[in-house]
Amino acid sequence: MSQEHNMRRVTAIRNGTVIDHIPAGHGMRVLEMLGINKRSSVPVSMVMNVPSKKMGTKDIIKVEDRELTQDELNRLALVAPDAHVAIIRAYSVAEKLTIELGDEIVNVVRCTFSNCITTNPREPLAHRLKIVARVPLELRCHYCGRPQDLDELVNNVI
Amino acid sequence: MPGLITMDDLSNEEILSILDDAQRLLPVAEGRTYLPLLQGKILGNLFFEPSTRTRMSFETAMKRLGGDVVNLGDVKTSSVVKGETLFDTIQMVDGYTDIIAMRHPRQGAAQYAQDAARVPILNGGDGAGHHPTQTMLDLFTIQQAHGRLDGLKVILAGDLRYGRTVHSLSHALTRFGCELILASPSLLKMPPEIVADLNAHGAKVTETEDLLGSIETADVVYMTRIQKERFADEDEYAKVAGAYKLHASNLDGAKEDMIIMHPLPRVDEIHPSVDQTRHARYFEQAFNGVVARMALLCRLLDVEVPADIGGGA
Repeated sequence: MSQEHNMRRVTAIRNGTVIDHIPAGHGMRVLEMLGINKRSSVPVSMVMNVPSKKMGTKDIIKVEDRELTQDELNRLALVAPDAHVAIIRAYSVAEKLTIELGDEIVNVVRCTFSNCITTNPREPLAHRLKIVARVPLELRCHYCGRPQDLDELVNNVI
Repeated sequence: MPGLITMDDLSNEEILSILDDAQRLLPVAEGRTYLPLLQGKILGNLFFEPSTRTRMSFETAMKRLGGDVVNLGDVKTSSVVKGETLFDTIQMVDGYTDIIAMRHPRQGAAQYAQDAARVPILNGGDGAGHHPTQTMLDLFTIQQAHGRLDGLKVILAGDLRYGRTVHSLSHALTRFGCELILASPSLLKMPPEIVADLNAHGAKVTETEDLLGSIETADVVYMTRIQKERFADEDEYAKVAGAYKLHASNLDGAKEDMIIMHPLPRVDEIHPSVDQTRHARYFEQAFNGVVARMALLCRLLDVEVPADIGGGA
């Protein structure tokens, strides 16, 4: 099934953001991490488990009338590090963005270790996870040094 | 150098140089020479959980060098009980002192404090995390006994899961090319991420439940306390803890210069009969806490320890 066919499963958007190459089944998590939920007023379309040459299957999200910022997209590094992002203006791709995984993920998720100093919600310093390996992704808390379980981590989104 | 949170904050050269300073400071630590290198400096002792040796040795170290100490005191009567954050406590003490020694029940608290403070933080233990000042005195004790740190065979025994002293020490020893035998009950094994780190350094590491099997070839046996509360019931504790007790009769085949260490307090894991053997070093080790911390306080406060102190070091 062609790429073009996949994209047409939902109608083309006039203005907004298309996030492609999301690992299959992670689409909902991507929406959560972007803070797109019931309270959002913009139209959002999502297709799940569509065939992909590169990934086998994948999810795709289209968010209308909202251009996601690079900072917002970088939050997705945990769940969809290889996602392709296109900003659409007047039905055309105006910009292509890639998710940038820096050396640290700051104030996106909380450390999963129950005895970490950062579990006190009143402590004001930033939540910081260091990237120790990129493929596969391995993270450790900057403060307590504990390795992070990625499946558990996505439940700790700030 | 901002502070000492984990042993990764020190290079091998820095470790050896601080141990050299400690060696020269021995007559000062023993009270034979007065050397007020830290006169006018104030140490803030922030112990959010109980400590005897670490807190007292920091205080002694500072006072032997002519410095002064302010204490947080009992956590139960401080602002902490009113819900003050660590961040706020550090902001306050940071303004009162030149350097802070801290112990905290939460892992990562020392790094957090360092990020919040302008003065250097000396990590005196953070949860089950790190205890690098203990490691420095342990390394000093090992070097005193063997004249070197490299290439030794060291058994770390007991509670390796929650024991922060062995977490920091194992990292440092493997950096000096020591071979490690990790002897513990399966429930209290060294955390896998630490074993992975040690292996990544190319260290020879063996995990076993058998403490006594390796004693004859060891240069150092480092015992730790197995805590009753780690076990579901007392019977299981008694069964497991029994396999990690040393008696003088276990040491018959040991190398002549093998030393037995323990961060103390001990309960039953080293029988008093061991105290009289040539292998026992744990009381000297506890004393070395003063001299190692003196050297660390000088280094972190950027005060040079003179090459010649006198007093017969």
